[in-house]
Amino acid sequence: EKAVDVENVPPVIPTPHHYLISIYRDKIFFVSVIQTEVPPLFVIEFLHRVADTFQDYFGECSETAIKDNVVIVYELLEEMLDNGFPLATESNILKELIKPPTILRSVVNSITGSSNVGDTLPTGQLSNIPWRRAGVKYTNNEAYFDVIEEIDAIIDKSGKVIYELIFVSCILLPGCELALTLCPLFQNPRLLDDVSFHPCIRFKRWESERVLSFIPPDGNFRLISYRVSSQNLVAIPVYVKHMISFKENSSSGRFDVTIGPKQNMGKTVEGVVMTVHMPKAVLNMNLTSTQGTYTFDPVTKVLTWDVGKITPQKLPSLKGIVNLQSGAPKPEENPSLNIQFKIQQLAISGLKVNRLDMYGEKYKPFKGVKYITKAGKFQVRT
Amino acid sequence: MIARGKNASDLFPAVVKNVACKNIEVKKLVYVYLVRYAEEQQDLALLSISTFQRGLKDPNQLIRASALRVLSSIRVPIIVPIMMLAIKEAASDMSPYVRKTAAHAIPKLYSLDSDQKDQLIEVIEKLLADKTTLVAGSVVMAFEEVCPERIDLIHKNYRKLCNLLIDVEEWGQVVIINMLTRYARTQFLSPNQNAEAASLAKRKPYVMDPDHRLLLRNTKPLLQSRNAAVVMAVAQLYFHLAPKAEVGVIAKALVRLLRSHSEVQYVVLQNVATMSIKRRGMFEPYLKSFYIRSTDPTQIKILKLEVLTNLANETNISTILREFQTYIRSMDKDFVAATIQAIGRCATNIGKVRDTCLNGLVQLLSNRDELVVAESVVVIKKLLQMQPAQHSEIIKHMAKLTDNIQVPMARASILWLIGEYCEHVPKIAPDVLRKMAKSFTNEEDIVKLQVINLAAKLYLTNSKQSKLLTQYVLNLAKYDQNYDIRDRARFIRQLIVPTEKSGALNKYAKKLFLAQKPAPILESSFKDRDHFQLGSLSHLLNAKAVGYQELPDWPDEAPDPSVRNVEVPEWTKCTSREKRKEKVEKPFYSDSEGESGPTESADSGEGLGSTVGCQAEVPRVDEGHERGMLAWSTAGHRAVPTGLWPARALLTACVSPCPPVTPPPPQPVPTSNIVSTSLVTDLEGLTLTDTSLAPALLSPALGALRSYELLHRMTGEGLSVEYCFSRRPFPHDAHMVAVQMQICNNTDAEVKSLRISAPKPLSGTRIHEFPEIESLAPGDTASVVMGIDFCDSTQAANFQLCTHTRHFYVSIQPPVGELMAPVFMSENEFKKEQGE
Repeated sequence: EKAVDVENVPPVIPTPHHYLISIYRDKIFFVSVIQTEVPPLFVIEFLHRVADTFQDYFGECSETAIKDNVVIVYELLEEMLDNGFPLATESNILKELIKPPTILRSVVNSITGSSNVGDTLPTGQLSNIPWRRAGVKYTNNEAYFDVIEEIDAIIDKSGKVIYELIFVSCILLPGCELALTLCPLFQNPRLLDDVSFHPCIRFKRWESERVLSFIPPDGNFRLISYRVSSQNLVAIPVYVKHMISFKENSSSGRFDVTIGPKQNMGKTVEGVVMTVHMPKAVLNMNLTSTQGTYTFDPVTKVLTWDVGKITPQKLPSLKGIVNLQSGAPKPEENPSLNIQFKIQQLAISGLKVNRLDMYGEKYKPFKGVKYITKAGKFQVRT
Repeated sequence: MIARGKNASDLFPAVVKNVACKNIEVKKLVYVYLVRYAEEQQDLALLSISTFQRGLKDPNQLIRASALRVLSSIRVPIIVPIMMLAIKEAASDMSPYVRKTAAHAIPKLYSLDSDQKDQLIEVIEKLLADKTTLVAGSVVMAFEEVCPERIDLIHKNYRKLCNLLIDVEEWGQVVIINMLTRYARTQFLSPNQNAEAASLAKRKPYVMDPDHRLLLRNTKPLLQSRNAAVVMAVAQLYFHLAPKAEVGVIAKALVRLLRSHSEVQYVVLQNVATMSIKRRGMFEPYLKSFYIRSTDPTQIKILKLEVLTNLANETNISTILREFQTYIRSMDKDFVAATIQAIGRCATNIGKVRDTCLNGLVQLLSNRDELVVAESVVVIKKLLQMQPAQHSEIIKHMAKLTDNIQVPMARASILWLIGEYCEHVPKIAPDVLRKMAKSFTNEEDIVKLQVINLAAKLYLTNSKQSKLLTQYVLNLAKYDQNYDIRDRARFIRQLIVPTEKSGALNKYAKKLFLAQKPAPILESSFKDRDHFQLGSLSHLLNAKAVGYQELPDWPDEAPDPSVRNVEVPEWTKCTSREKRKEKVEKPFYSDSEGESGPTESADSGEGLGSTVGCQAEVPRVDEGHERGMLAWSTAGHRAVPTGLWPARALLTACVSPCPPVTPPPPQPVPTSNIVSTSLVTDLEGLTLTDTSLAPALLSPALGALRSYELLHRMTGEGLSVEYCFSRRPFPHDAHMVAVQMQICNNTDAEVKSLRISAPKPLSGTRIHEFPEIESLAPGDTASVVMGIDFCDSTQAANFQLCTHTRHFYVSIQPPVGELMAPVFMSENEFKKEQGE
């Protein structure tokens, strides 16, 4: 049985003797072949880690990147798996074992004949905190803390919000020489619901004092992610007015969408992009936009409208005519609008990092907190 | 070339030569190549083995580990004994990393040669007793692969595994949790026995085993893991093991996973679907998280729909139905069909909304899409069967549809409906039959069968109008190409058309055809899946996968919980003042769940370096190490790690000379002029006073001697050897420790010329053999004394025990306590020694 869409390939395919577990990332399928019983999530999670590692090493996880670096791919897989059991999946350890390729290094290597494989054997693998390398050095000591809030929402036809969820992830960019203990103390930890932690966080202290203390890994990492409990819902920062209709027995339809900001505490809504999956019957679209540019791909039937910044004085809108295939029946459903946006320096849930303390060091490192509110899976039904 | 799938085996000798190459990158690639092709070119692969054997002896632990890793990956049956030896050696290696690699190597060897199972189980047993987090995950993996049925091996390690769990690396966590789920199912009573059954049986009220509670408590924090597999593993553990009231905690974590990659969503939703049938209340608060986005892949949509349907109840049905209305207009037709099915299921389950649903579905009948109409017809048919009387209008409407609908399943459904309820629509039914008779030859088989059915039913109820038509249809069917249809026609003709020959059955034809039929029950396809362990591959496929371990039922009677008690060596029971003091300082450490020792010591800023180092070099004494050591031995464990206690006692003894601690003999000292019960013997092996004093005093301690097993009767082929440290001076050499051996011959034959041979002394270890025993009759026991100079290290002494037929490799590892001899001296003497 053939799946029509790449998205619809089932992750687990049984064959007479083996089971195929696959993931689809960046237009590549990663497939693993299984003989015996194993928790499928175990395999899926591992495959995603492999893809993450490739991304980390080669900058992108594409077919060409893998083909160009086939030797490194082999070496990586060799280190990550031993007889089907994951061995070293932490990118810090891997990077110590096998250095990621850079242009400079490949030039140096071809001249001097040295290799990408680290000469030193990693010690991190032996430790209980595998996420941190030994002897990390930075020129300046600083730690940035990004709080990224994503709003997931489904808005129904009449503009009523039927589902809303704020999902927050805190990303830390540490640049500190030695292991520190940071205690970002949230002002109102009661808001947090269902937290998931990076393994470096000491769970006990969180339980007792609602304080996060940890030794940070080096490099970017997601420290915690959590949901804001559903009782404290806030206003959604944008609204969308839409009029999409297809006329019966004619090969055209009308399309009219306006996006506007709601009260945002004086912050501007930026990076607004709207994508719409139009029905199959749509041939092409003749639209005019008051702001930004739009593109319509007649093959995939995806309309993308890059709006940019929204100013409340002049609301951006996109109007025009939709051409349908002649003779095709009128599409029954209006397409849903997927919207992305970004608001800098605003945490929409009202959450605040109260204090960021560092212990274990004599000198004062530089530290900063940044808030961003983004649209997550934000969909408007029409 | 391997990457392109080409066969590169011709180059084998050329490549293998490079194995000794200095360049690490080349070396690694040769390893990859070797592992891939060694099985085909066995003889040539042997050339490389000596390199690995050398690697196994390397002082660097990482090189030892990687050598073992590659060696065990080479699938050449000839080297099985070499592998076995290497694994055994690595299993008692100082470095936990090498031990971990040894654990990895076990399943590899097992798959190569399953005859080694017994020996491998021994190694597994040894490694299971390991106390490092690094090893735990890997050895449990090996356990699952080699001997999942030997649940008895877990008993002693159960509590340790529970406590270490949070510090084990994430992949190991998954394996351990799955294993513990099975273990708990066999060892504990079900927490969900209903009260009635309990009172009937007059059992005492259910009290949860503390170990069961321990498992639940220690796994809970893992729900917050970033690894989806760990979260799922904990979720299934709670679902299978926790009391009903506590299962709810997993819902939140599972819903969180729904934000992850679509493959993860797929697996999680499958499991949620199963759970939501049994424990509906659990997911109700998260109903909205299962709402469907138009951009979800179809398979995710259908699974979400399944969950929504399972969650529907009388309070939320109106919201759900409103949501379904949106879905019906979707462009994705498969999804629309699934939605209609879902509406049907909601309608059957919740009587209140049946009419609303039915009306909604009837409206769908005018939909332009044929698939949608067909699906609605099928669902309506099922719904109507529940209460046909009030809905003759709908049946009439559907009868009209026969002109338009082409989907066979839908046509068949309509015909069946009309036939079944022809009494409600007496005028239309014959007309429909007439139409169908006309087009009979062009219909699909399934429709034809229903036409025959309809004809038969009409013949019985309304024979005046339909007699001829029925005859006509039956005649057509008689010459049909499909034998099923021919068969059916013949059967029905005999049944309904009265002839002289037809027997008694004829009278009952009406009863046969127009019997009351029970309404169908629309059920979830996930209904019976929960007999598979959730989160497993078998559950996902709803079929048993190879190697699936059945989740056992709860036992009726709890097995003896005392098997999990770890026996504490006797001498630790004599709590010294020192120890008590520490217990006050760190109260209930053994109960700490969240953070155990290693994290603690890591936090103290030293990292694990000191901890690992300490583990590797037990006998060394210095302040920094002691700190790590304390953290180690308190690693959240009730049962005190046996191997560490002597070292600990040793440290206390050496560091604090004032309150002397006696490791071995707990007896009070009879004489009063001696200040200390026994004095610290220096590690360096300096005997401070003459040893002649010792024997007399030591003799009372003999009662407490503990004997160890040197050779089990199974491995020794009937010969069993036990040994104990007799704590007497060895007459031939004062530096040697006397080891008393009890050799027992359990075979039927005489064992001849029993002796020790070819000792392989480890740096400085010396062995004084016992005189050769010429023969040992069956059933006889002989006792001999041998001397070993361990050089004051805890390194095991390895030697061979030989009989006239066999050689057995054995080893004796001394506890530190046995390496000391008590010494008597006056207070002044002690101070003098202390001053030195």
